[in-house]
Amino acid sequence: MSVGLPHLMFLSAVLLALGLYTMVTRRNAVAILMGVELVLNAGLLNLVAFSRFGRGIDGQVFGVFGVVLAAAEAVVALAIVLQVFRAMRSVDASRADRMKE
Amino acid sequence: MGTNLWSILPELVLAGTLVLVLAADLLLRGRPDRPGALTLMATLGLLGAGISLATLPGTGAFFDGLVVGDPLGRFFRGLFLVAGAMGIWFGLLSEEVPRTRFGEFVVLILAATMGTCLLVQSRNLLMIAVSLELISLPSYALAGFRRGDRLSSEAALKYVLYGAASTGLMLYGMSLLYGLAGTLDLPSLAPALGRELASGAPPVRLGLAMGGLFTLAGLAYKVSAVPFHAWAPDVYQGAPTPVTAFLSVGPKAAGVAAMIRFLSEGFGSSATGQPFFPWPVVIGLIAMATMTVGNLAALAQDNVKRLLAWSSIAHAGYLLVGVSVGTPEAIRAVALYAPVYLLMNLGAFLAVLAVRHRTGAETMAAYRGLGTRSPWIAVSLTVFLFSLTGLPPLAGFIGKFYLFAAALEVGRPFFLVLALVGVLNSVISLYYYARLVRAMFLDRGAGLPSVAAPRPVAWLLLVLAVPTLVLGLFWSPLAALASWAAGLS
Repeated sequence: MSVGLPHLMFLSAVLLALGLYTMVTRRNAVAILMGVELVLNAGLLNLVAFSRFGRGIDGQVFGVFGVVLAAAEAVVALAIVLQVFRAMRSVDASRADRMKE
Repeated sequence: MGTNLWSILPELVLAGTLVLVLAADLLLRGRPDRPGALTLMATLGLLGAGISLATLPGTGAFFDGLVVGDPLGRFFRGLFLVAGAMGIWFGLLSEEVPRTRFGEFVVLILAATMGTCLLVQSRNLLMIAVSLELISLPSYALAGFRRGDRLSSEAALKYVLYGAASTGLMLYGMSLLYGLAGTLDLPSLAPALGRELASGAPPVRLGLAMGGLFTLAGLAYKVSAVPFHAWAPDVYQGAPTPVTAFLSVGPKAAGVAAMIRFLSEGFGSSATGQPFFPWPVVIGLIAMATMTVGNLAALAQDNVKRLLAWSSIAHAGYLLVGVSVGTPEAIRAVALYAPVYLLMNLGAFLAVLAVRHRTGAETMAAYRGLGTRSPWIAVSLTVFLFSLTGLPPLAGFIGKFYLFAAALEVGRPFFLVLALVGVLNSVISLYYYARLVRAMFLDRGAGLPSVAAPRPVAWLLLVLAVPTLVLGLFWSPLAALASWAAGLS
């Protein structure tokens, strides 16, 4: 049996679901960012898979750009997490609640 | 290639200015006049970008259809250059931006401004994603610009977590649209999706709905539309005031303009026949929820900055009314409302900045008796607040009038309800804006310090307040410009 488009789409849907589950249930900011990374890569996997199965080269180009975007976003996000750790001595996102009304 | 590069000349000028400011920041290290010099450089750069924008040749698609040069894009790019300049000037006037790192502040604002300018002319899903990130990444850093400050760090953390999540969802949505249509190009997306839908397979409908909604979620997050608004009050409250002022106008208006393009070009508009996916209704429901949630939450606020944050969520709702209607008249109304909103919202945040500068507080109590303590700030803030409410004879009234009139003109019951909800919301908003005005003029501020505005702040307040008044009485030049942007003239 060869791997076809449905298999790849299914894998990407699983990645999306795992990423969403991680983002919703985790309280550690770094773990939430790992969930975000899963969701991002679900989208990229889809793009590359569609491109492989006859939708032209655009998807692969988008995939390359997407990797760069994800890397840039991770850099900024981790820098901010570091700054939050310095200010609060914790990376627990649920403790960032000083501004509740 | 020559014409291609010409078409993005303003963005190239911005990029050049950005590099020059970075270099000058290093060269002028240790000089006390560094912030002023950098502001001057950035202002000249923005001015240069504005001049090159005005002299751009021709319209049409450039870079193989990645960007489009059209009146709508040009109109909004001019607006974003003004928003960027205002953001930098506010930073110079505020003590919340550390002087030693002022160069970084200017560079980040310039980068985000460049992103907004690119987003509004994007005609390709990849270009939309990249431009959105170019806005988002500097915005995250700007929100957390005060390093030691706990509120600022919290704001940045919330912004980046919600932002990264919505970017991820948007990329997934775009991948589904690409899989269905086989193209990233917005104008060819509509016919390709139409062909796929005609084949009638149920998975196509599901994929289209998921792809459309997920992509929309990424843009809705940028404009802080309900239910993607959870980040906005905390970020707007915690970020330095100049950053809040910038984020609440530039990126928000860019998101709205990108939504107009994405929906009407990618999914077919109600003006040109049946859209493939009932987006006017979806956006209309989001608009109603955004206006109502924003205004109801603002009622209970005691922190004025947070109150204005909720009010700017409500204003995103008003703008989305125009997006939902989608006719050229509605796009003209959005193009008219965006500059008016820029003036009055920036003005209100400038008053908050001035009061905070002298008293160190943002709560309602700090505004008590401001009418006698600092009549200049109090009177101009009143003008901005009543304009935000939409009271005649101020510019906000004209903006809202055009928006709701465009919804009524369509004559469908749904849009009638939409306009009605908008009017009701304006009435609700009067309550909390007037509460602040009452605190300024009717309450006594005995014992509170005088907060005479520094001269540059006073001048800038005047620069923002005069057009807010004048455009309420004499709006035809702006309306003509907006008609041109919407392709009506």
